[in-house]
Amino acid sequence: MIAALTLLLLYQLVGEVLVRALELPIPGPVVGMALLFLTLIVRSGPGADLRTTANGLLQHLSLLFVPAGVGVMLHFQRLADEWLPLLAALALSTVLSIAVSALALHALTRRRREGDQGEQP
Amino acid sequence: MTPALEEIWVYLATTPLLGLTLTLAAYQGAWWLYQRGNQHPLLNPVMVAVAALVPVLMLTGTHYNTYFDGAQFVHFLLGPATVALAIPLYAQWQRLRAMVLPLLATLVLGSLTAALSAVGIAALLGASRESMMSLAPKSVTTPIAMGIAEGLGGLPSLTAVLVIATGIFGAVTARFVYQALRIEDHAVRGFAIGLASHGIGTARAFQVSEQAGAFAALAMGLNALVTALMLPWILPWLAAWL
Repeated sequence: MIAALTLLLLYQLVGEVLVRALELPIPGPVVGMALLFLTLIVRSGPGADLRTTANGLLQHLSLLFVPAGVGVMLHFQRLADEWLPLLAALALSTVLSIAVSALALHALTRRRREGDQGEQP
Repeated sequence: MTPALEEIWVYLATTPLLGLTLTLAAYQGAWWLYQRGNQHPLLNPVMVAVAALVPVLMLTGTHYNTYFDGAQFVHFLLGPATVALAIPLYAQWQRLRAMVLPLLATLVLGSLTAALSAVGIAALLGASRESMMSLAPKSVTTPIAMGIAEGLGGLPSLTAVLVIATGIFGAVTARFVYQALRIEDHAVRGFAIGLASHGIGTARAFQVSEQAGAFAALAMGLNALVTALMLPWILPWLAAWL
């Protein structure tokens, strides 16, 4: 577990350094994820230790957002001033994004699946 | 308070122990409720835990910074957890590879929808320009969203709150959208929720299935990249029309 955690932190560290050195517009951990993904492809998969540790972390991914979520208490006043446009835009736009993305990917992959089956004479 | 209690409180208020313990306890309670409710999306554990913690902090007059001194240890794990997303992503590699083009097309369409519909609706309802620019990157994971908002002339701290709210809202509503649209494929479901609701949507997707989680993680990472590259070009042009 310690070895796996060290590995994850090491990839994050490399990601953070690369982001700053190359002035990339994405966060260090996302670069770390991409690098680890490439490593896994090259080495054909994670070891048991890394898999267990990653699963443990990801099973309770929700927990990790709680401290940032509590930050809402700092902004009650600002939210009270413009609650209607903010709430309506946030809610409608989120539902719309989920619907558009799901329908688009569904349609695009269905066409591919039908194409794979070959055309009927 | 008796002097003894007061002394104890003074001690607790100055160590990170209380913020950390409160966070874990609130989450434990929220998780228990979520399991009792068969992981129903309306019982989203992030939402329930935040809703339990905020009143406690306000009633005890605890400032967010004091709370965060303890909670930061949990917050810090977001970094290694993001890196760890590579493992489920790798498990879905075969499926991902077969879907590269549809995924990329969906990514661009979904990313534009997430940003432009938010700005458009806010503009129609008379939001201030600052609020619109803070809202534009709402579907992107927090650190990038804050950077994008700052570049556009929004308020990064407001963006942070809107991003979290978007994540929770998407995690709560996605299942109902999929049911209405009859979308069943977990790859499609995961990709859409990760794109629209970043990490909190991804956390929800992992609770449904590993496949949904992996596709959500992919969408979250790619949407961060695409939005960071596109919005600074598109929004100033759009703002000239609004």
